[in-house]
Amino acid sequence: MTDPSTHTDNAYESLAEADDDARWAYGTGFDDPLAGVDTSLPAGVDGTALAAYCLMLADDALIMSQRLAEWSTNAPELEEEVALANIGLDLLGQARLLLARAAAADAPCVPALPDGSPVPAEDALTYFRDEREFRNVRLVEAANGDFAASTARLFCFSAWRLGILQRLRESSDPVLAAVAAKGVKELTYHRDYAARWLVTLAQGTDESRRRMVDGLARSWPYVGELFDTHPVESSLAGTAVDPTDVRAEFDDALATVLGAAALERPDAPFAQSVGGKAGRDGVHTETMGHLLAEMQSVARAHPMGTW
Amino acid sequence: MVTIDDLGILRDVSYDGATLVVTITPTYSGCPAIGAIRADIDAALRGAGFDDVDVRTALHPAWTTDWVSAEGRRKLHEHGISPPTHGATATTGPVPLTLSLPTRLLTCPRCGSSDTRETSHFGSTACKSLHRCRSCGEPFEHVKEL
Repeated sequence: MTDPSTHTDNAYESLAEADDDARWAYGTGFDDPLAGVDTSLPAGVDGTALAAYCLMLADDALIMSQRLAEWSTNAPELEEEVALANIGLDLLGQARLLLARAAAADAPCVPALPDGSPVPAEDALTYFRDEREFRNVRLVEAANGDFAASTARLFCFSAWRLGILQRLRESSDPVLAAVAAKGVKELTYHRDYAARWLVTLAQGTDESRRRMVDGLARSWPYVGELFDTHPVESSLAGTAVDPTDVRAEFDDALATVLGAAALERPDAPFAQSVGGKAGRDGVHTETMGHLLAEMQSVARAHPMGTW
Repeated sequence: MVTIDDLGILRDVSYDGATLVVTITPTYSGCPAIGAIRADIDAALRGAGFDDVDVRTALHPAWTTDWVSAEGRRKLHEHGISPPTHGATATTGPVPLTLSLPTRLLTCPRCGSSDTRETSHFGSTACKSLHRCRSCGEPFEHVKEL
């Protein structure tokens, strides 16, 4: 908190009113995104399982958002840069709510920090978990590649997550149901955006088409994992969504887009799990460690930091 | 001034015992303004002499542009922002994929022409899309239907 009586050379200071720090404090100054929301557990729902499920959905959105943010200052056009940043922001918002929901359902899932640390639970989960504790599917952690590869991945991710969240609106957990109801509207925009670019690139020049074919092939091995039911999901019938229920809808959307793009459905084999474990069990690909190092290093260097 | 009431963000103001409870709802999941809105409500009420204030979030039902009041729409237009026209239709089955850009033509809030095009579905904030008017040549923003 800045003492307004102290003179500084901070160019932004004059923009803020004396009691207005919240507007500029993007970090530990955040309020709990679930402030005032009833987070008591629904009858018959196990808090530990619910938190584990929330982390899966949160980590998918968080890591996808981190990859989308990498396009800032790198996108082919300003409009696409703004679009990708917007999509990432929606997903980051979903991740915050879901991380806060996980923390409220099962406090011990939040990593312990030094006494007096100002880091809120959602940030502790984001910046202070190790790779093995992240529950995201491997599709979202893969490096971006070019714009076509990112578009192909965004389409697969959005089409899948839209199907999950649509069903999650009926969850027995009212918090998950509310987060899903909002997310469905956002993902509808994201999927349309990616679908239009997928068709545009496939029907563009020989070069853009070649890149889209390559981009789809790059993501395809990680599509199979999206539809594997995890034991946590099975244990939460009525609260969680079984991803196998989403498969037909995903295939329909993909067939529509590939039809418009005059592209074949990729037939490459799906990536294998490692000893029966994959992203949902914390077993990630090599790129995940690099992503986390970049995302977490500043926060980890300053566990008592306020910003 | 467009108020949070005009935008449908303000859901309720009531007393819970001695505590003045203000309930707001986010427009988009990641709307970064919600923290500033919360802080501004708190500061304004304390400045007006209310010492016991609690600003709460309601996630359900999800905000929709249908909640932007007629007055809010008029003010947005007055400020050069094209207001949302109709609410997104609620769906229960699979959400249909839209491969073509919307053909619905918006009216330019500056010159009134309907010869406008969408430049990008994503604008300077999560809730707005970017458009340009082919009559007056000016770009404008539109609060997109949600």
